[in-house]
Amino acid sequence: MAVVQAQLHEERPLSFWRRYIFSLDHKVIGIQYLVTSMAMALVGGLLAMLVRFALGWPEASGLTPASYMSAVTMHGTIMTFFVLSTALTGGFGNFLIPLQIGARDMAYPFLNMVSYWLYPVSLVVLLASYFVPGGPASAGWTAYPPLSVQGGTGQALWLISLAILIIAFLFGSLNYITTVLQLRTKGMSLLRMPLTVWGLFITAILSLLSFPMLLAASIMLLFDLLGGTSFFLPFNIVIDGGQVTAAGGDPLLYQHLFWFLGHPEVYILILPAMGMVSDIMANNARRPIFGYKTMVLSMAAIAVLSFLVWGHHMFVSGMHPLLGTAFMATTLVIAIPSAIKTFHWLATLWRGKLRFTPQMLFSIGFVSVFVTGGLTGLVLGSPALDMYVHDTYFVVAHFHFVMASASLFGIFAGLYHWFPKMFGRKMNERLGRIHFWIALPATYATFFPMHFAGIGGMMRRIYSIEFYDYLARFEGLNQFITIAAFIMGAAHMLFLVNFVWSLKYGERAEANPWQATTLEWETPSPPPHGNFGEELPEVHRWAYDYSVPGATTDYIPQTVSPRPVAAPGP
Amino acid sequence: MHPAPAQVKWDAPSPAFEASWGKVMMWLFLLSDTLTFTGLLGGYGFLRASSQAWPTPEQVFNVNLVGFMTFLLICSSATMAAAVGTARRGETVRTGRLLGLTVLGGLLFLALQAYEWIHFIQAGARLASNPWGVPLFSTTFFVITGFHGLHVTAGVIYLTTVTFRALQGRLDPDGVETAGLYWHFVDLVWVFVFTFMYLI
Repeated sequence: MAVVQAQLHEERPLSFWRRYIFSLDHKVIGIQYLVTSMAMALVGGLLAMLVRFALGWPEASGLTPASYMSAVTMHGTIMTFFVLSTALTGGFGNFLIPLQIGARDMAYPFLNMVSYWLYPVSLVVLLASYFVPGGPASAGWTAYPPLSVQGGTGQALWLISLAILIIAFLFGSLNYITTVLQLRTKGMSLLRMPLTVWGLFITAILSLLSFPMLLAASIMLLFDLLGGTSFFLPFNIVIDGGQVTAAGGDPLLYQHLFWFLGHPEVYILILPAMGMVSDIMANNARRPIFGYKTMVLSMAAIAVLSFLVWGHHMFVSGMHPLLGTAFMATTLVIAIPSAIKTFHWLATLWRGKLRFTPQMLFSIGFVSVFVTGGLTGLVLGSPALDMYVHDTYFVVAHFHFVMASASLFGIFAGLYHWFPKMFGRKMNERLGRIHFWIALPATYATFFPMHFAGIGGMMRRIYSIEFYDYLARFEGLNQFITIAAFIMGAAHMLFLVNFVWSLKYGERAEANPWQATTLEWETPSPPPHGNFGEELPEVHRWAYDYSVPGATTDYIPQTVSPRPVAAPGP
Repeated sequence: MHPAPAQVKWDAPSPAFEASWGKVMMWLFLLSDTLTFTGLLGGYGFLRASSQAWPTPEQVFNVNLVGFMTFLLICSSATMAAAVGTARRGETVRTGRLLGLTVLGGLLFLALQAYEWIHFIQAGARLASNPWGVPLFSTTFFVITGFHGLHVTAGVIYLTTVTFRALQGRLDPDGVETAGLYWHFVDLVWVFVFTFMYLI
């Protein structure tokens, strides 16, 4: 196989199509993933704005209850699977893994290209559901049966699209894991890898092991939907006024299968961001990351625990109280590695020489929203409390902080940080800081009040609060949230402007504009095909030699041999 | 952990496992596929346990026939293992012959499965209904044996490609071994399907 790879990568002028469209180069594939995800973020964001508009001013928005439900469903689906997952693992995973471990490309570049091209295919299938009778899926991003089984063509397209994307993730994960295990350059032992690579590596293992369950669930659901079977339809169920003849299944089975994926999925969205934020913080605080090994271990602990907690999504689905207690225990245990990470980030910042670049601001913002959302996770992890706020805006607030905003902030931090490496130019810092200082308060103004609405009984996915008298008092609150959400959306548009403007007019970046230690900064910006020159770099130290006492510079790249200065690294 | 510098410039200097990328990837894929089958078989167990009137398998299925199918697959695993050995020793013709036998075993298995399905359908089984009991009995049967059958079909195509490459003189012992991993996995999964759907 190695010989084949060598042939694939012969240096020769490639046509435009081979170079930018059907490219085998991991850097191009990563950027393709990022740009496609950004385009989808626009669609998902627009849907979010529509949903918020309807909640603030139901009449003016023009949404019917049915189109409102499909907007909520598609917003959730697109943002979770088609934006955050793809941008983090597909985008940053592809771009950063080979560069940071000192490899020339992924283990199997062709599979990598196929992985990317399955993504637009799944997108076309998903978006095609807007043009079929009955419109797109509207059973929520979780697609719980029996509701989802009543969906029409739109729901079927939703499932097929997801199945295609799962295969894309599978191919990607196979590549990431194999690349990290087999292609590290000389001296790059596992415990010298930057935390970014650790985050992406653990994420790939999670997605390799959890997505198959969703695949199994979606195959069964597709049969229920199109084949008239009854995997998830119980006895005596009545749909559209008629009793379903084929019955005898169990909707709970779907919930078990879905959440066996669903909970690791939220860590798939957060672990790569955790890794990137750790590296960006160390770089911008000019200090070694605090407790590198503990950071790695707590990421691994989070990953293992994430497979044991799916039941906490199902406390009200009919669960034996003893089982609920067991799931509560495993859930609350996750707070320990999460808190360890949080305090390690704070300790990294402590007495550092902080550079408040946009990526640093977004990294600090990441910790802030992660902690805010994580604390309500403790509330939701306890069955007694969860039963009260289940399926209310309290939950919406929780996961939009801990998963959505945190993950998005991580992506922004990563983009500001690695933009020079991707395109050879820096993003505009002033605009980046303005982006952050609008986005952070707007994020809090949008999601924080949702806690109050949730405790007050406002249920999630409700079309209009006017249906219930007791929700009338939340009218003003909802209008406030809507305005804050619009401001947040506008702030993120500022990022898009900055991104496009900087591609053409950004300040030119040298190889190592941030004085960073990791391998990708040892090669030109943007890196040439094959990433490194004739020889692969050799690694002599960990990735966090910042402000080493006695050293001439306040950073020592990983390639510098330990002779000139004594390094405290492992 | 740190083998001698590789001959090819693109090779990695410090792999974690002394195995080719293809083989590592196949192992990882099989791990993932195991979980897909776990989802399907676990779901089957969940549904069967919560159904009141699940038919007794041996009254519906011809267990002898399916036992023979299982025997066939295990035999094809044996020829596959032998092919890995001969490929490693560079015996092209014998490898081709053994791989051919493996493909034949797979094809016979598929033919018998098709025969079993036709028989089952003629007796009144449909995807969403059947004369013996709860609808899920035939649903799970078709979906799980069908999903496994797809894996066997993919394996037959995969092995046919490997066979032709071997006979064309492009024998890659490592590639044969990787294909063998897949084939053994498919057989192993069948043993579980056979046990849970036909015997218990």
